[in-house]
Formats: sequence, C-alpha cells, structure tokens
Amino acid sequence: MKKGASLYLDGITVTFDGFRALNNLSLIVEPGELRAVIGPNGAGKTTMMDVITGKTKPDSGTARFGDHDLTRLDETRIANLGIGRKFQKPTMFDALTVFENLELALKAPRGTLAALHWRLSGEARDRIEEVMAETGLMDRAKDRAGILSHGQRQWLEIGMLLMQDPELLLVDEPVAGMTDQETEHTAELLRRIAGKHSVVVVEHDLEFVRALGRKVTVLHEGSVLSEGPIEQVQEDPRVIDVYLGR
Amino acid sequence: MPGISAFRFNLRVALIALIFVLLLLPPLLNALPASHPLRVSDFVVAVTGKWICYAILALSIDLAWGYAGILSLGHGAFFALGGYAMGMHLMRNIGNRGVYGHPVLPDFMVFLGYKELPWYWLGFEYFPFAMLMALLVPGALAGLVGWLAFRSRITGVYLSIITQAMTYALMLAFFRNDMGFGGNNGFTDFKDLLGVPLNTPSARAGLYLAALGALLITLLISAYTVQSKFGRLLIAIRDAESRVRFLGYDVTAFKLFVFVLSAMMAGLAGALYVPIVGIINPGEFSPGNSIEAVVWVAFGGRGTLIGAILGAFSVNALKTWLTSFAPDLWLLVLGGLFIIVTLFLPRGLIGLGWRRRS
Ligand SMILES: Nc1ncnc2c1ncn2[C@@H]1O[C@H](COP(=O)(O)OP(=O)(O)O)[C@@H](O)[C@H]1O
Ligand SMILES: [Mg+2]
Repeated sequence: MKKGASLYLDGITVTFDGFRALNNLSLIVEPGELRAVIGPNGAGKTTMMDVITGKTKPDSGTARFGDHDLTRLDETRIANLGIGRKFQKPTMFDALTVFENLELALKAPRGTLAALHWRLSGEARDRIEEVMAETGLMDRAKDRAGILSHGQRQWLEIGMLLMQDPELLLVDEPVAGMTDQETEHTAELLRRIAGKHSVVVVEHDLEFVRALGRKVTVLHEGSVLSEGPIEQVQEDPRVIDVYLGR
Repeated sequence: MPGISAFRFNLRVALIALIFVLLLLPPLLNALPASHPLRVSDFVVAVTGKWICYAILALSIDLAWGYAGILSLGHGAFFALGGYAMGMHLMRNIGNRGVYGHPVLPDFMVFLGYKELPWYWLGFEYFPFAMLMALLVPGALAGLVGWLAFRSRITGVYLSIITQAMTYALMLAFFRNDMGFGGNNGFTDFKDLLGVPLNTPSARAGLYLAALGALLITLLISAYTVQSKFGRLLIAIRDAESRVRFLGYDVTAFKLFVFVLSAMMAGLAGALYVPIVGIINPGEFSPGNSIEAVVWVAFGGRGTLIGAILGAFSVNALKTWLTSFAPDLWLLVLGGLFIIVTLFLPRGLIGLGWRRRS
C-alpha cells in the first residue's frame, strides 16, 4: 500500500456575495481512504472540491494536503501534488478524440518542451488502452469527445482521472446519467482504487453510497452535519430531518 | 496525424505542394524575355512576394488564435517591429549615399540635427544582428505583454483590446520624430541588401525566394507544433482552459510559448516584407492592419494552417483587384467578408473543401 498524504480541512468558510456556501467546514481524509460525501443540493459539496483544488480561495480556514497549504497554491500546482478531479458537469476537450483526451491526462512530464517532443511509447499506449477497456470506451477511441453521450462523458472523465494516477481523487457525482449496471461498476472501480489512492466521492444516489460501504460525511448548509458509517448516518435524526426524511 | 484520416492528410500535403509550385512561377516567368507571352511583370513578382509575407503573418496568427484561442489584434505590431529592424539595417546600408551624404547618420537624423547615432541603432549595420532583432524584439514584446495578460488570466475580448492598444500605442510612438525612427516618414530610399542593389532583377527574385523559403520553414515549424502533444494542448486550452490546469499543466507557460513563437514569425514576415515593398512607416502599426490580418485567417479557415495561407492570398488578391478601380469600397468589402465568414462560413474557405475538428 502506498503511503500518501492526508487531506485536512479545518474551519473552511467560503462566502459568495455574503452567502455562506461553506461554513466552518472541517474534514479529514486519511491516505487510502474512500469517503462518500452526501448532502442536499446547494450543501456546498462542489464548493468544497473547488477549495481543495485551488479554484476557490476560502475566506478563512486551513486546507492542507500533507505538508502543503492548498490555499496558497494554484490549480496547476495542486494537480501536480497529486490531486485529481472529476467535475460534476463532465468537462473534457470536445475537439479532441477519446484517445487524445486520455493521452493529455496521462501522468507524464507537464512542461512545454516535453509536450513538443512527446512520443507515445508502447507502455503509454497500453496504459491508455487499459483505461479505455476499463471505462468501456475502447471502440470510441477515435471519436471526438464532443459526440459522446452523457454517460460516456462521465466515463471518459473518470478515465482521465485514472490516467493522472493521483494520490487523491475527488469525484463529483460520477454516476449521474449512468445505468444501474454502470453505477455498480463505478462503485466497484472506486473501491478497487481506494487503498492505493484516497478517494472522495460526492453523490446523491444512496444506493451507490451504500454500495461503496465506507464512511459517509453528510454536508448541510456548508458544514458537516453528521459523519460515520452509512447505517449510523441514516439513523441520525438531524440527517433524517434535512435530507433523508424528505 | 491523430484525428485526421490519411486521405485528408495526403490531400493537405498535395494542396500545400500545389501552392508552393504555383508560387515558384512568378519569379520564373518574370525571367522570360520581355516579348514572351507568358512573361509576368516585375509588379506581379513584387505583389506576390508581398502576399507571401502576409501569408507568414496569417500563419502566425493562426497558430495563436486558431489553435490556442489567443485572438491577438496586435500582430501587425510584431510584423511592423520586424520590418523596422530590417529597415534600420537597410538605412545603415545607405552609408554616405544619402541626400546629405553623411557617412553614418541616415538623412532624417541629419535633418533633425542628430550628432551621433542613438545607442539603439548600434549593431544594425550587421545583417545577422538586424535579423536577430527582427525576431527578438517582437518576441520580447509578446513575452512581456503575454506574461502580464496570461498570468492574470486575461482572455477573450479583453486580450484583443489590450493587443489593439499595444499596436496603437506603438503607432503613436513611432510617429514621433524624437523616437529616432524617422517619424511619420519612416524609412525608405533603400539602396542595397547584402551587397545587391535592390532595384535589380536578381534582388527581386532573391527577396521573393527568401520569403517563399521562410513561408515553407514557418509552415513546417507550425505543422510540427500543432501535430505534437503541444498542439493538442493548445486546442485543449482554446476550448477549456481551466480544465487544462486541473490536469497539472501550466497554461500560462503554454500560451506564452505559442504567443512568443507566433510574434517572432510575424516579425520575420515584416523583415522580409520591407525590402520587397521598399518602405516602412508607422502606418504599419495602425490597428486596422492587425484586424485585417485576422480576417484573412478567418476567411481562409482558422485552426488549419493552410487556411491561413489561402486566406492571406485570396483576400489580398481581392483587395489588390478591387482597389485598382474602387479603393473606397475596400473597407466595406472587408467588413462584408467578415460577416459572411462569421454567419455562413465558420470554417472558412477550407471548410468548403473538407470538414475538420471545430
Ligand atoms: N461561484 C459561485 N458564485 C455564487 N454562488 C455560488 C458559486 N458557487 C456555488 N455557489 C452557491 O453555493 C452553494 C453551494 O453550491 P455547491 O457547492 O455547488 O453545492 P452542491 O455541490 O452541494 O450542490 C449554492 O447555493 C450555490 O448556489
Ligand atoms: Mg455539486
């Protein structure tokens, strides 16, 4: 098992025009852990990922990954620390093919000259094909990402995340638009990845969270409402009140 | 080349080969005896040579805009700076053959009462130095402006406005007599280059072929760049800049690299252009020039390289033809072209021939 860094958020507050999207949020994810984050729409789940990846700077609070202060680094630096992200709305490069999207994501030197002189090695091609097989995109390799269905875009972005081989994966609503079978496959994939990598996955789908079968954090109005195994969280009266009960 | 079928790839190579073969004709046909029916005039050689320089400029804009999405409306400035660097060399070559016969100072400096050559004119008597400056000065300016803009994530129309302001500011500066660049008259009355008098047939052919060679080299450099992973990253940056950052790429560095490379290509184009047309003045910095060059690329088809070249030739051919009998109509036609391309031909001329990644 790879010994990675832990993610440490403490007292994070983010306000948009006076509205508190995150309110004194604290969260710790240990190396190799698989953590599900649930919560109603607008609870601040995506904003939390924005803070971790440097897209949004918090008004106050601490965000660390290992020894690194995430609030002082930009998106590029944070990505290079080994934090990868899948966006809630699948985001990739529509004019490029599936293969090319994965190739850009592949862990390799990121400099300008390295990109100019890049030659696709057999090893890199094998890795890309492995991920295409894993994500069911093998026969779409030469198709532009722009023509993929929503579900396939979800898979492509998960594939890009796998190519990056990050220490910490932030996965925002991966199974939206997927069939039950695909949802199960995603859960299985994330369980497999965890251990070697840390994974934080945001999801509405409770079946999916149950399938993950790990510790769950419930967010509500920008802070942690409850935390623990899914069975325990489901029994929590505050959770039932704001989320599950409705 | 990923994403393009072998057939289309061969089609492109064939089209490029055809363009270059056609472009070899003017100087060859110009060498025929004057009585020969196929002989083309010196004027045709000069005008086609000028268009070749424009094609290099168009190529440079396509690299930045068509691939990386950097819509510079200031590439005319890089072109003009390259032109001025070459112009300074040509002025120094005049030596004591100026009207005032001063051994060192160009006529305009004698006229303005200069006692000695300003420091920034030193070294321009050497051709390699002048050529180097024609690349480095535009490159350095692009590096500075690009660094300031890209670092602050200034994109889209704001970047376009900044680059327009840049070329406008330079135009005003170069109009000033005390800048030491000849004020509104600029430089002209050049005598020779590399020891060859400019008004000879061999000089005309040599300049033409130099420009054509430069077009080929810049096309090859551009083609190498865009077919590499670097090129795919430029497309990625163009379409989803922020997503590229989350993959761990330093977007600023990539944009800066391509912007500087592009500015140097534009500078080279300007340096080749000046001895062909025989004059450089601050009008080359006028904001309209940069916009016109962008229209060439849009008309030809951006993000294709070859479209930029076709656009530069076709729009300028139209301009030369039109201005021979109705010069007042040109701006109207140019605007009309832009509207037609925007509304009906988003892929430009080249899009009529085949479809490509948008
Ligand atoms: N850039 C922004 N500007 C203004 N408000 C925002 C911005 N991003 C998120 N919000 C608001 O912050 C709250 C939390 O949003 P988000 O993190 O996307 O929630 P979730 O992902 O849990 O559904 C929402 O009310 C949303 O409208
Ligand atoms: Mg969300």
